[in-house]
Amino acid sequence: MSISNQSIMSEPSESGRFGEFGGRFVPETLVPACQELEAAFREAWADPIFRAELDQLLKEYAGRPSMITECYQLGAKLGIRLVLKREDLNHTGSHKINNVLGQVLLAKRMGKKHIVAETGAGQHGVASATAAALMGMSCKVYMGAVDVERQGLNVFRMKLLGAEVEAVHSGSRTLKDAVNEAMRDWVASVESTHYCLGSVMGPHPYPWMVREFHRVIGSEAREQCLERYGSDPDFVVACVGGGSNALGIFSGFVDTKARLIGVEPAGGAAVGRGQPGVVHGMRSYLMQDEYGQVQEAHSISAGLDYPGVGPEHSYLASIGRAEYPTVTDTEVIEAFQLMAKTEGIIPALECAHALAWISREAPKMQGKTVLMNLSGRGDKDVGQMMEILG
Amino acid sequence: MISTSLTPLEVTLRAKRDAGRKLLVPYVTGGLKGWTDAIRAAAANGADVIEIGLPFSDPVMDGPIIQQASQQALDDGATPISILEGVRTLDVDVPLVVMCYYNTVHHAGHERFASQLFQAGIVGAIIPDLPLEESGPWCAAADAVGLATIMLAAPTAPDERLPRVCARARGFVYSVGLLGVTGERTELAATASLLAKRLKKVTDIPVIIGVGVSNSAQAVEACKVADGIVQGASVVRRLMEGGPDAVGAYVAEVRAAIDASTV
Ligand SMILES: Cc1ncc(COP(=O)(O)O)c(C=O)c1O
Repeated sequence: MSISNQSIMSEPSESGRFGEFGGRFVPETLVPACQELEAAFREAWADPIFRAELDQLLKEYAGRPSMITECYQLGAKLGIRLVLKREDLNHTGSHKINNVLGQVLLAKRMGKKHIVAETGAGQHGVASATAAALMGMSCKVYMGAVDVERQGLNVFRMKLLGAEVEAVHSGSRTLKDAVNEAMRDWVASVESTHYCLGSVMGPHPYPWMVREFHRVIGSEAREQCLERYGSDPDFVVACVGGGSNALGIFSGFVDTKARLIGVEPAGGAAVGRGQPGVVHGMRSYLMQDEYGQVQEAHSISAGLDYPGVGPEHSYLASIGRAEYPTVTDTEVIEAFQLMAKTEGIIPALECAHALAWISREAPKMQGKTVLMNLSGRGDKDVGQMMEILG
Repeated sequence: MISTSLTPLEVTLRAKRDAGRKLLVPYVTGGLKGWTDAIRAAAANGADVIEIGLPFSDPVMDGPIIQQASQQALDDGATPISILEGVRTLDVDVPLVVMCYYNTVHHAGHERFASQLFQAGIVGAIIPDLPLEESGPWCAAADAVGLATIMLAAPTAPDERLPRVCARARGFVYSVGLLGVTGERTELAATASLLAKRLKKVTDIPVIIGVGVSNSAQAVEACKVADGIVQGASVVRRLMEGGPDAVGAYVAEVRAAIDASTV
């Protein structure tokens, strides 16, 4: 394959780099496990039997392909053609299941017995608990104490699914600290346990592997857009926490002319406000103070309340291929209600960020086709919104 | 196998080891209340090297005690700079090394950080989240000022990896005592002696066991195979509960125990 034919989103370098981002900054204890995982993923991903097994699960269990839905009312109101990729309709209610089915199937193939995971909004935790239940593995989920509080519904769902949920009380008591605790667990349990990381972050091979497991979002969406509209969208918009739903959908369009927009919360703008740093196994943009202490993110949405971002996003930002604007909590609350009232769809607070950006910027996109990744449904956020809206 | 330019730390430690002494390395969280006096107390009571932790917001290799100590130090305003200033005032006779997470180094810049350490009188660095494959740029900067990069070796490492880790280690090699993070345990893990034995087979550099060596009895047991031990959480807990004097008493107790077992 010649270089010019190669997608901008292809394999990272041998050291797990996307440009100068990524890598494998983990304690020595975890190096062999990361190497083993990389080899196992590489082998499985090239194995038609594994791919067929995963495809079948995605189809018959998760409900793929997820459809696309045009928002006629909202589109007319904003003066754009607004198309949603409906990851909210997947089993368990978000895109997270794509990655989790891939990883848990792989973990089983590797002979692992236990799954450990971190979660922010609880969607990845629920997906992990679900896949573990399905494939007969035990599952432990670490969740920041603040998130346990604001995403109570998902905590109960995880328990119903047989997972153990441990509240994390250190640091900011949100996603960042849940990742720390999951990594500490993995350092101790690595021989029997697979760490099912929930986004395109962490040490190599996770950012690459998780993106590949979500590639299905972009591949389907591209085909669906071409079939339905005969052309690619002008804009592809997704929210960015660690960045997995965004990379999933971007992967289908990175080599087209579409503008790629990853929307971060104003209080967790790793690309917007961060500098390159190293935490959670990767070199990437990171919100930090003058001594390199990681700063706490603050977002209404537990799933985006994270001071870092997956390394491939840092790369896409650095080469100018994708843009990473921010929206405020107030704009998000508006967008959340707007979608519910005009389209009859209650979005997750995370992807309400994408809509908030779209509705703010719509005057500059008149007549354009905008594809938005509706990464999850908002049922989990209804309790929190009841309190906010009173 | 031995390069002509051993770091000063390694020269000191080899000489002591070759004279039959087991090496005792207490760890103290920099910036924690009483930390400078705790270092003086450890130095006065038989430490061979003292490891000073630079507190980090996200210490993934540390268990509850050192996490808590790091958080307290940060809450009290500790920074790498304030700790290095404190180090300059110590006036102890024992080699000092730092333990810090890689973002502290990365953020300062490799060369700048190496020279800051060197100028404060630090002779080595332990960076627990910087594995062999990622260590090149830092090691080059540290080598340039004669600062020893103490590599960690883990129980999960396959045989072929250990000689490569040892070849890159300066000062001593840190033999990780168990699968897990820092913290006190009721028993020394079986992996501790096993890994130290594997390392002794492939290297002549001092092999020191750290993580999970929690009291003087465990120190004695670990020293049957290893050239020495790091004592972390057990020291820090004493500093938080009983102040610098408790650290001095504890270091003296461990010193006496390992000395008694080597005569
Ligand atoms: C519905 C939904 N969207 C997005 C995210 C953010 O994750 P990522 O940026 O990896 O897609 C989450 C995380 O919890 C989520 O639940």
